[in-house]
Amino acid sequence: MAEEEFTDINGNSISLDCQTHSAFCREFTVTAPKLSLRKVMVCTCFIWLFAYAIFFLTENTAVLSSAIILTLAGMMIHIHFVKVDHETLLIIGSLGIQLSSSYASGRESTTFIEMSKLKDIVINEAVYMHSIIYYLCILIKDPAEPETVASVVPLFQSSKPRLNCLVQVYRSCQEILAETR
Amino acid sequence: MVLKIFFPQCCNIADSGLLIGHWIPGHNSAVVLAVVHYPFIPGQVKKYLNQMQSQSQVHLTVLGSWSMPKEGKEGMDSFLKDLSTIFPQKCWLQLSREIGKTGFTCQVVQNDGKLLQDRKEKNDDDSSEEDKIIFVHYDQRKVMLSQLHPVQEVSQKSEIEPSELRLVFQTVAQSQPLFFLDKYDDGPLKLTHWQSEGREASIIAELLKQASVPVCIFLTWLLSLWHWFCSFRILHSWPVLFISSKLSTCVQSGYRGVHFKTVFSPQKAATHMDFMRKANIFVSFLVDIALGLLLVSWLYRENRISKLADTLVPVADRVAKELQELLEWLMGAPAGLKMNRALDQVLGRFFLYHIHLWISYIHLMSPFIERILWYVGLSACLGLTFALSILSDIVALLTFHIYCFYVYGARLYCLKIYGLSSLWRLFRGKKWNVLRQRVDSCSYDLDQLFIGTLLFMILLFLLPTTALYYLVFTLLRLVVVLFQGVIHLSVDFINSFPLFAIGLRICRPYRLAEGVKFKVLCQEPGTPLHLMMEINPLKFSSVLQCYRTPTYSGYPKDSWAALSKKLFVGELIYPWKQKTTKTD
Repeated sequence: MAEEEFTDINGNSISLDCQTHSAFCREFTVTAPKLSLRKVMVCTCFIWLFAYAIFFLTENTAVLSSAIILTLAGMMIHIHFVKVDHETLLIIGSLGIQLSSSYASGRESTTFIEMSKLKDIVINEAVYMHSIIYYLCILIKDPAEPETVASVVPLFQSSKPRLNCLVQVYRSCQEILAETR
Repeated sequence: MVLKIFFPQCCNIADSGLLIGHWIPGHNSAVVLAVVHYPFIPGQVKKYLNQMQSQSQVHLTVLGSWSMPKEGKEGMDSFLKDLSTIFPQKCWLQLSREIGKTGFTCQVVQNDGKLLQDRKEKNDDDSSEEDKIIFVHYDQRKVMLSQLHPVQEVSQKSEIEPSELRLVFQTVAQSQPLFFLDKYDDGPLKLTHWQSEGREASIIAELLKQASVPVCIFLTWLLSLWHWFCSFRILHSWPVLFISSKLSTCVQSGYRGVHFKTVFSPQKAATHMDFMRKANIFVSFLVDIALGLLLVSWLYRENRISKLADTLVPVADRVAKELQELLEWLMGAPAGLKMNRALDQVLGRFFLYHIHLWISYIHLMSPFIERILWYVGLSACLGLTFALSILSDIVALLTFHIYCFYVYGARLYCLKIYGLSSLWRLFRGKKWNVLRQRVDSCSYDLDQLFIGTLLFMILLFLLPTTALYYLVFTLLRLVVVLFQGVIHLSVDFINSFPLFAIGLRICRPYRLAEGVKFKVLCQEPGTPLHLMMEINPLKFSSVLQCYRTPTYSGYPKDSWAALSKKLFVGELIYPWKQKTTKTD
């Protein structure tokens, strides 16, 4: 039950929460910073000023109402589909790994990967825009040939923590995997 | 190894007794299915298990004992240990609850009587051994009813070994006969499982099940009558076949016939996919009929049919008039282009004559149009798809002149393009070798070259005139094709949309499972890990992908590039449905 401060690849602070439920069941939660009110205000003001400018030129009230609807709908879509509040990795020895991400609106999407499908957990490098980042990923076995990797599932996709955070998660995951294999 | 025990939620507060379940082979896990209460006679339990095993094909065993503490019933521990000698097992689980605690404790006794995990002994040791048990609580009803995706049937043996969770789901689903005994049944055994409070059933569903078999048999007989009617030889002669393959109404009715054959077959759907296909087709058929009836009730009120007929003839007239004006414009100097006057006049007169024929045809028809529409409108009772197909056919018939113009223009243009390309080869001293499928060089005579070049020049100078006519009529044709394509797409959508699966996903999300999700239940020190297994419902996009009914016409087979190439060369293009039959 330790909460530590880390930063993501953009330098924003995120927090990692490790919970040990038992010797072979651990839960890691990476919490991204909340939606900042200032950003929302600036965005809304910008759109409304723009809409008002158009209204000033055209004198059509439909512009204003559509701007309001647009901001509301955009905000809803943003908090329901885009903004991830926290991502959780639940590793249960000999049963599997569960990844879930909960969005700012409360919607949760969960996937569970069984131990028999799992090959390993590794830290990988990737080229992201103009920089190279590290990310944690799960290697999935090909059911026909157990030695080959069929697919890769990246973890903490939206919060993108830095290497020091990943190493910590990686070590405890490997402990559990080594214990229960 | 970690021992996993899948425990049904409904047995949490059951009275003390025996745990009945199944050891999953190859994995160190047990599925608890029910609890048999005291008092029982061991022989009867064994007999009952054997009977259930033959019914459900699941290897049922007594897993261990379950003790629920109550006041005044102490000192059961020794009795529970003795039970393991009556039901010899490799592993004997002793689950027990304590008053005031939510978690269970578990002791595992191996066959030789050694206690693997005795908490009292281990307390002074490190406690790593004692935690090696996971309790996974599951909702028995939901797990029994749900279907894991991707669907993998029990009967079909695939090379890939089913995963552990799939085996758990299969075990619970297969042991359905075990759950039929409820507390109102008088028997030697008392069980606790999800239906033990009384069996879940619906009178309406049972009545429908009873009624469905004779109804299906009757409808199959009707269908066979229809097939007998369709198999008349006169319906298989060439013109009838040709016309019926071009009319979308006929195609739709044939398609509906195939659907009925699957839905009304008296055999029970064997697999999940079969069942879902039947249900999807049936529900979309019902919705189709309902929409059709709505359309009929709207159409036959307030004399809308005659209004429609009154507008239809002037519209056709108007279209013909617009076409006439267009042709007259083309016969002059369209957009300031100077055309070959003689050819222009010939083509224009030819098309004008066609339009004249068309207008007289429409006027001949006009007294009957209202009656025809009235009868055709009745077909909407068969469903909205029929009404839409008929609309598509009517549009095709009413724009027949546009189709004719297009064909003439395209043929002429195609001829010119081919002539020009072969003469261009002659111009360069080459020819097309048919045997080798390539261009060879060839030495021509002077006369041949002269004539060829002359023809090439004539064709080249006449090309813009034909190309203009071709362009205009192709655009008109494309508008019609686009309209028909939209209608076909909507018919296709109604036919193939898996309404039943979507409804099931909305109302009973656990029925279609993509997987599971686990939640850690509150942790008490000294008890093993307790997890709650919930069902993760399938995503809507995967529901659509998985249960979409396959249809006769897919999306256009040609890519946009192929289509534009066809248009450029002057090959005929068809609406999508007909094109697929054409390429076959």
